[in-house]
Amino acid sequence: MSSAYLWGLLFFSLHAMVPITLAAVGEVIGETAGLFNIGLEGIMLTAALTGALGATQGGWPLGLLVGLATGLLIGLIFGLISTYAKGDQLIVGIGVNLFALGFVAFGLTLLGSPGFYIVPAASRLPKIHTAVGNLSPLVLVAVILPFLVYWLLNYTQLGLKLKAVGEQPAAADVAGLRVNALRLGATACGAALAGLAGAYLSIDWLGSVTKEISAGRGFIALATVVFAGLNPLLTLLGGIIFGFFDSLATWVANIPGVKEAVPWQMISMLPYVVTLLVVAVIGRVHFPSALGKPYSRE
Amino acid sequence: MILGALLLLLYKFNPLLAYESLFAGGFGSLYGWAESLANATPLILTALTFAVGLRGGLFNIGAEGQVYVGALAAVATGLLPVPAALRLIVTLVLALAAGALWGLVPALLKMTRGVHEVISTIMLNWIAYFFAFYLIAHTLSSPLNGSRTIRIPPAARFGVILPGTDLNYGILVSILLALLFYFLLWRTTVGFELRAVGYNPRAAHYAGMDEHSIGHWAFLLGGVSAGLAGAVQLMGRPPSYAILSGIPQLLNLGFDGIGVAMIGRNHPLGILLAAVFFGGLEAGGRTMELVAGVPLEMVRVVEGLILIALAVPELGRFLTYLRHLNPLELLSRQRRRAD
Repeated sequence: MSSAYLWGLLFFSLHAMVPITLAAVGEVIGETAGLFNIGLEGIMLTAALTGALGATQGGWPLGLLVGLATGLLIGLIFGLISTYAKGDQLIVGIGVNLFALGFVAFGLTLLGSPGFYIVPAASRLPKIHTAVGNLSPLVLVAVILPFLVYWLLNYTQLGLKLKAVGEQPAAADVAGLRVNALRLGATACGAALAGLAGAYLSIDWLGSVTKEISAGRGFIALATVVFAGLNPLLTLLGGIIFGFFDSLATWVANIPGVKEAVPWQMISMLPYVVTLLVVAVIGRVHFPSALGKPYSRE
Repeated sequence: MILGALLLLLYKFNPLLAYESLFAGGFGSLYGWAESLANATPLILTALTFAVGLRGGLFNIGAEGQVYVGALAAVATGLLPVPAALRLIVTLVLALAAGALWGLVPALLKMTRGVHEVISTIMLNWIAYFFAFYLIAHTLSSPLNGSRTIRIPPAARFGVILPGTDLNYGILVSILLALLFYFLLWRTTVGFELRAVGYNPRAAHYAGMDEHSIGHWAFLLGGVSAGLAGAVQLMGRPPSYAILSGIPQLLNLGFDGIGVAMIGRNHPLGILLAAVFFGGLEAGGRTMELVAGVPLEMVRVVEGLILIALAVPELGRFLTYLRHLNPLELLSRQRRRAD
């Protein structure tokens, strides 16, 4: 086994970690404040397409911005319905996912390509060149962000407020906090990160948009939040574990000999099987007591 | 609808022409109706899966994977030596059993390990997806044509009701199951307890109901229904009677079922109507694609928007208010006043 193979595996794992960690850290912010956004998958999918179009128009900075904005917009809609309108969060989330399935497929047909859209090479994010391979700058963002969010949630007044709103909204309300506004802000910021993750998929890592580009990563991110028990630092670890199995699938499939022995379909199942196993082993974790429930004054 | 029209305008399509062809294609002719009903056949079943889960307080979005597994079982039955007379029944039973088994996995994970069903069902959907790809390419692959599985034997196929269309007797399975679910939910103890647990788990617990066994029932019934959806879709629709590679006939049946269930208010009889509406959208979508040049996927955009809108409780109240405004009721109210 040559070291080039292993470096390849490591770099692929890091790149596969980025979307999961970004979306999971965002979801941690939202869930801390008490909103459970199951529409992460849909946000990623939508932002992958809008981000790619933005990048084609105005280069990668615009692409990333459009991805963030797409996430923010969907997050605001989701948040408004889930807070002020007291809608059912799970249903809105499922609606977002359905909408995204249609929107992206619809958008791709309009672009005239049968099922995929390739982002022009000039519009992709520039890589950091290292001695052993190219690294996306967003890998660094995904590594630093969990620490920032950890600090935000545990060592700032804002973090304390978000926790209060998630655990005891009634008490927080009496204490003068604006429950719905805080929740809306938290979930919108979280959704923006999921949007960034989507844009990363299309204009950086994979370089193209397909109908299945998110491939369940939004849900794997949700599983990662369970794994992390709402600790942002652990989303990094979770992201690396799932990223590793994701890349292992691709990596194993390219080794001569293994390719013939194990069918690729079985290897492709790996990340999902591992996610299921990890979540099953961890079992029940503590979540904010008011998670998923709309708040209304008695 | 209106949002959809704006989206169409944005992309420089003619929304009036699009909607006109959408409805003409779905409900404008006998052919349109037949296609709408044919499309509704599997959607009724996948919608029942989501509805029976939600009635029990569970978000079972695993219909998608259970459809694949049911369809695979239906095809695999073709390999077994079964007398021709029994073939139809055996195929259906094995498909529903396979769907039920796949549906029990998230139930066990939830009840024993506390794994949220949304996560486990999505993971199982993906596992079933790749499993289907594997079986299509290997065990069940057709020796004549590598891009599809072996065909369902003629003895296990549903006859076509209206020649020249896709409408087949499989729809009877869907309607029967919807009626059965209605009976189960509203006329049996298990159904009552299921709805009680979904409505107020704490009260149900204090009333001595066993949430775990009720949860298993909800997943089991859902799996049965979705497994049948996969089988019926293959056993009834000409011309292939086999799973094509890339599973185009099965893709998104489970997810569309969620929309159908929500619009049908998670009631088996409401689902029947909603499924025909969705089936019509799909059939009309094809006409829309031809006449107005709008891609078929537009239909799913509209579905998603409807679902998001339906989640707003105020809107739901508004709709029930509208329902009370129906002319017949107004008339009777006036009569009562006159008396």
